[in-house]
Amino acid sequence: MTIATIDAVPAHLARGRGGGGPAPKRVVVAYGFWIFILSDFVLFSGLFAAYAVLSGNTAGGPTGAELFNLRNVFIETMCLLFSSYTCGLGALSAERRQPARFLILAAFTFVLGAAFLAIEASEFAGMVSKGAGPGRSGFLSSFFTLVGTHGVHVTGGLIWLIYLVAQVIVKGLRPAVLRRLLCWSLFWHALDIVWVGVFTLVYLMGDFR
Amino acid sequence: MLGRLSWAAIPLDQPLPLYAMGVVGLVILAVLAIVTVKGWWPYLWREWITSVDHKRIGVMYIILGLVMLLRGYSDAIMMRSQQAIAVGNAHGYLPPDHYDQIFSAHGSIMIFFVAMPLVIGLMNFAVPLQLGVRDVAFPTLNSVSFWLTASGALLINMSLVIGSFARTGWMGYPPLSELAFSPDEGVDYYLWSLQISGVGTLLTGVNFVTTILKLRAPGMTYMRMPVFCWTALAANLLIVAAFPILTATFVMLLLDRYLGMHFFTNDAGGNQMMYVNLFWAWGHPEVYILILPAFGVFSEVVATFSGKGLFSYRSMVLATLGICVLSFMVWLHHFFTMGAGSDVNAFFGIMSSIIAVPTGVKVFNWLFTMFRGRIVFKTPMLFTIGFIITFVIGGLTGVLLAVPPVDFVLHNSVFLVAHFHNVIIGGVVFGALAGYNYWFPKAFGFTLDERWGKASFWCWLIGFYLAFMPLYVLGMMGMTRRLQHIPDPSWQPLLLVAELGAVVIFLGVLCQIAQLYVSIRTREQRLDLTGDPWNGRTLEWSTSSPPPAYNFAVLPRVETIDAFWEMKRRGLTLGLTPAEPPYETIEMPRNSPIGFVIAFFAVITGFSLIWQIWWLAILGLLAVAVTMLVFGWSENREREIPAAEIARVERARLGFGRPA
Repeated sequence: MTIATIDAVPAHLARGRGGGGPAPKRVVVAYGFWIFILSDFVLFSGLFAAYAVLSGNTAGGPTGAELFNLRNVFIETMCLLFSSYTCGLGALSAERRQPARFLILAAFTFVLGAAFLAIEASEFAGMVSKGAGPGRSGFLSSFFTLVGTHGVHVTGGLIWLIYLVAQVIVKGLRPAVLRRLLCWSLFWHALDIVWVGVFTLVYLMGDFR
Repeated sequence: MLGRLSWAAIPLDQPLPLYAMGVVGLVILAVLAIVTVKGWWPYLWREWITSVDHKRIGVMYIILGLVMLLRGYSDAIMMRSQQAIAVGNAHGYLPPDHYDQIFSAHGSIMIFFVAMPLVIGLMNFAVPLQLGVRDVAFPTLNSVSFWLTASGALLINMSLVIGSFARTGWMGYPPLSELAFSPDEGVDYYLWSLQISGVGTLLTGVNFVTTILKLRAPGMTYMRMPVFCWTALAANLLIVAAFPILTATFVMLLLDRYLGMHFFTNDAGGNQMMYVNLFWAWGHPEVYILILPAFGVFSEVVATFSGKGLFSYRSMVLATLGICVLSFMVWLHHFFTMGAGSDVNAFFGIMSSIIAVPTGVKVFNWLFTMFRGRIVFKTPMLFTIGFIITFVIGGLTGVLLAVPPVDFVLHNSVFLVAHFHNVIIGGVVFGALAGYNYWFPKAFGFTLDERWGKASFWCWLIGFYLAFMPLYVLGMMGMTRRLQHIPDPSWQPLLLVAELGAVVIFLGVLCQIAQLYVSIRTREQRLDLTGDPWNGRTLEWSTSSPPPAYNFAVLPRVETIDAFWEMKRRGLTLGLTPAEPPYETIEMPRNSPIGFVIAFFAVITGFSLIWQIWWLAILGLLAVAVTMLVFGWSENREREIPAAEIARVERARLGFGRPA
């Protein structure tokens, strides 16, 4: 501790890059959450790797080309991508302190996300009813686990969204709530990125296999 | 109602687990009784269990690691004794089923609940102090991390009393770990306790990467960070990048076991080799998660006790980051014999050998730091010197094993066992013990006894060599690992030497306990009033011992590497200067029971999943979710320490405002 410590650091210089001292809370929270999302990507990469290894191991059971309905998957994908668009617009209106607009966009996001889940659930149910459940073959185990883990994330994201909407209604768009919304929207966009991988690797490549 | 759980789960027919159970139960009851009689619960709850202070959490991690070290050690001495006597016609005292559980538990506990807590504990304690800041980025999350790790430790120890543990080795390779071959709860104990503690470790990684990258004292650029912070950064980057792979792998094995899927089964298109690959894609980085912070401790210790700056700081940082990257490119050397082909084996053999280069850079840096330094042979320095010699031997045998043709001969022999104990005891454990002796006065305000400390060092060092050098020879004589019975009597003499070594290591542990006891009894004579007992170089020594809750009344301003040394050189430390800095109100995180509450429900969930008590598992998960929702709603998470209070504490320490 030196006597030189007396000069305070202006808050706008404090970015935590070394020169200016600890970063402000908003930066720390978003950065930390971003690191967490990276770890989530690693988790998915493990599941992708398993799918890549096992996708040919159908053990005499149905293949991807026999099971996938690309038209449904396309609708599903569009739901998720558009929900990210409304999520982005919602984040912007939250930043501009427009709660009514935010709530409408959050409702759109929720409906699109729920539609995505409904299509996925009906796809899963159809496959299970055809005897192509996760216990049928290594290929189907890895398929259900990869796609299902993404689905679980989307479900968690929707519950989290309801919870944050409740916070916005009760508490208003104050800094703590805005930080939580920021994390949520990072999460929602990240699920899109994972889905692009699922769509390409599982459905498109699976259909042309 | 209770799933697979019944009275049959208590091993009433086996004397050994019953004795162990009785002793452990008595110790736990005694501790609880003392705490209750003395009325310490409110203090423990307020100051420790709900604490989000990184220093307290660090201390609790280290206590957890040391207690689990005793558990892991008892497994070790039981195996050593079995191998020493079960030769030829003798069959020893451990039946194969029990012996298999012991070696599986020994490995799992030593890696996940001894080495990890010790290393993470040291990082928790030292990193924010070295960075010159007041806490980690997410203090409450830090408490959650600790308590989840403790939950995993509790679950894995429950298997001692209720049911049995895995018999699969600490890697849990399928198909042995699949339902078809391990139908009981043993593998489930292994999987769920490691899943729960793994979540805690991952959150630690997220927390520390953010802390080190975003929270540093003003002026502390990357190239002014202490080397321990660099190694902590590298280790936590590895946690973020590697632990999710383990989580995903264990999820797949759990799905195989619980929902009849076919990731790693023999039939229906499963692939066991994928498990082995995924496991080591986590497992090899894990080795560096453990050793890099130990390297950091040695770097701090060697500079402090040589009275010199670290030789070639830049190459040390580069070597650390080089190892961090390379650690992801060598995993296949754990299973050259799988048969990936000579080209693949050659690639991974070469990559594995290349890691010796940055490690060698580090060894030379430590040696050149000592060269022409004024070396003070305190206990942490002895552990450092013991480490350098021991680790070089362990590294060289590692390079041997990195050569595929050699590995084909030595794979799964006790040569390998000797190699990894050589680097883990000689590296990680010595590092943790050096760090424990080095930072203890900072944590508690008094130094540890040197005579007992040195005695413990010599016992650890000699015990290690006695215990593991014979295994190198036995490995070359053809002895494979995990033998419950020794078929070849010519191996027995060396196994007796190894047994003796394990006993000497235990003497080292006893010396440490004596060291702690003696130091506490004589603490009045060994108080550290300066906050700087070793003439240290980095910022943690610039504040008082123990540091106040807020660490630094005024955030230090850093202008060089070894910031505190530079301040001392220029006569700028507080207490030497007449001026008192203006104190401001400090905002600190409030205590929170959330870590403990989540961990409590996590134990219930884990236990009921292991025993397939589905209703309780669902209730437990719901309780975790509700706890998170309640916490996520709260906002009043900080308290303010008024400037007057800070002035009072600082004046008491530094003597400002007193008549000269």
